[in-house]
Amino acid sequence: MSETPIIRINKLHRSYPMGDEVIHALNGIDLEIRRNEYVAIMGPSGSGKTTLMNIIGCLDSPNSGEYLLNNQSVSKLRDNQLARIRNAEIGFVFQTFNLLNRTSALQNVELPLIYKGVSRKERHERAKGILDAVGLGSRMKHRPSEMSGGQRQRVAIARALITEPSILLADEPTGNLDSATGREIMGIFDKLHSDGQTIILVTHEADIAAHAKGEVHLRDGSIANDTRPTISQEVPAQ
Amino acid sequence: MLLLEMFRIAGQSIRANFFRAFLTMLGIIIGVAAVITMVALGSGAQQAINDQIDSLGGSILSVRAGQMFSRGIASSDSSISVSDADALARDVYSVTAVVPELSVRKQIKLGSANRSLSIVGTTPNFADVSDYPLLYGRLFSPGENAAKKRVAVLGGGVPAVFEKDPAMLIGQSLNIEGTSFEIIGILEEKGSIGFSNRDDYIWTPLATAQYRIAGSDKIDSISVQIAPNVPIETAMIDVERILRREHQIMPGAKNDFSLSDRKQFLNIQQEAAKIFSYLLAGIAGISLIVGGIGIMNIMLVTVTERTREIGIRKALGATRTNIMTQFLIEAMSLCIAGGTIGIILGGSASALLANLAGWQTPVSVEAITMAFFFSAGVGLFFGIWPARKAAKLDPIEALHYE
Repeated sequence: MSETPIIRINKLHRSYPMGDEVIHALNGIDLEIRRNEYVAIMGPSGSGKTTLMNIIGCLDSPNSGEYLLNNQSVSKLRDNQLARIRNAEIGFVFQTFNLLNRTSALQNVELPLIYKGVSRKERHERAKGILDAVGLGSRMKHRPSEMSGGQRQRVAIARALITEPSILLADEPTGNLDSATGREIMGIFDKLHSDGQTIILVTHEADIAAHAKGEVHLRDGSIANDTRPTISQEVPAQ
Repeated sequence: MLLLEMFRIAGQSIRANFFRAFLTMLGIIIGVAAVITMVALGSGAQQAINDQIDSLGGSILSVRAGQMFSRGIASSDSSISVSDADALARDVYSVTAVVPELSVRKQIKLGSANRSLSIVGTTPNFADVSDYPLLYGRLFSPGENAAKKRVAVLGGGVPAVFEKDPAMLIGQSLNIEGTSFEIIGILEEKGSIGFSNRDDYIWTPLATAQYRIAGSDKIDSISVQIAPNVPIETAMIDVERILRREHQIMPGAKNDFSLSDRKQFLNIQQEAAKIFSYLLAGIAGISLIVGGIGIMNIMLVTVTERTREIGIRKALGATRTNIMTQFLIEAMSLCIAGGTIGIILGGSASALLANLAGWQTPVSVEAITMAFFFSAGVGLFFGIWPARKAAKLDPIEALHYE
């Protein structure tokens, strides 16, 4: 396939000072993720998967190396530019949902569009449409505190999708849910993937990762294993 | 567009913590109300003094006897006499009227009541010069003065001193140390000026007072009415020159009399009122700043409490500017809402005080505008730091804040 990947990461390094020591969270990661991939990033805690997810989600910047998102270099961008990229390109789904508790489901879903500068009317329509699609059409006026965990995560997914992002980035999306609800949520991800959405799943649970079409295992800041079936064949030989 | 959303978000978060927001606003409310009330009170006090100055009519100089010393011992004799008054009337062109006054404090008997009051012997023009309108009866005439008639005109406050109805007193007699005087007129009340309350004086012809009461041809003071358009300083110099001549004071020697402008006292009072009102407004301003610190304090708490919210907003694409604007608008909304309530409260308080003090305490548009923008400024000033703190939060840390 000659199409440019959505994500192209080259020799990515990220280290933090921690007291007197320096923690090397990422030690030269090379990674490509193409459109409509459904990949799980796995690894034990301390393996660097959270750091990698933060950098992919433009919440953090690498010390060195390059990160191209949709062919645009984002590794050296400033704070406000990163915020705009997060707004336009990334949809986050968190383990703890991270909804604003004081506002309704509808307002939560509208939030990214406020920062995008979309008009009130259009925001309402789009948010309603997406909430309908995740099966919450009847609970739009409810606050997160009046909802079950599964419903909250659906609101979060709706919020992540509303800007039609290039990547849906899910960090342990079923971690706070019982297994039945977890399966429901994973069903939504599967459906989104079959509709063409690129999904990156960060998890340490094998049965969750099994929903993805491939797994990238991290250990000590490096990629230990990449089980994606087609990647080596499809990268054009240079 | 986005700004409108920021206002909506700020409104939501204020409503979510309404009681706390109200308590925070209270500092600003009290500060602004205090500033408005104090400024209104101050200008009301000055207005009241101005009215008093205006009620004095034309400028009046007061000549008083100074201490006379003979061989180093203070004499009780007054240094000014009727001939001084005549000389001033005759020789000073900048003077339109001269009113000599002789004042003695005596026991007065009216009916069965006995009071100690000041009797002032003067010329018939006194009421005109000092602008005392007659309430009942008439003033005494130059003929009655010349004949040393025992007639008296009561100041507006005297009937009340004797607990009598003023209308019933005309034609009655009062007794001054065994001599009976006929009451021929009663003046209107004017209110006190300075230390002496001239409403409580009893006025008699000068000659009557000199020969029947004081037994001396000396007088205590001369009120000199200055012609319109003559500067008070010019008139003072003229009066002083004539009196020095009359008293044969050598060049370089001290005056044996003193000259004062009756408005001088009021001018001093007005200065004092002005300083006082600045002082009050200053203290009120300090309370406004304390209110602002309260706003900053609560905004810092809010930012800490809402760290996670800030993290979420940032993850979803809020820029630093967005977050900063949101919290700044929140702080300023608190201040402006507090300021508006404070203006209403301060306006009502000054209206109430105006009623109680009988003053005009106009709440000026300037004071309101100033209070409004000052409270917005306080919001901006004390809101910036917490807002910056919020804007600079690292989204990763903020998202994991518990």
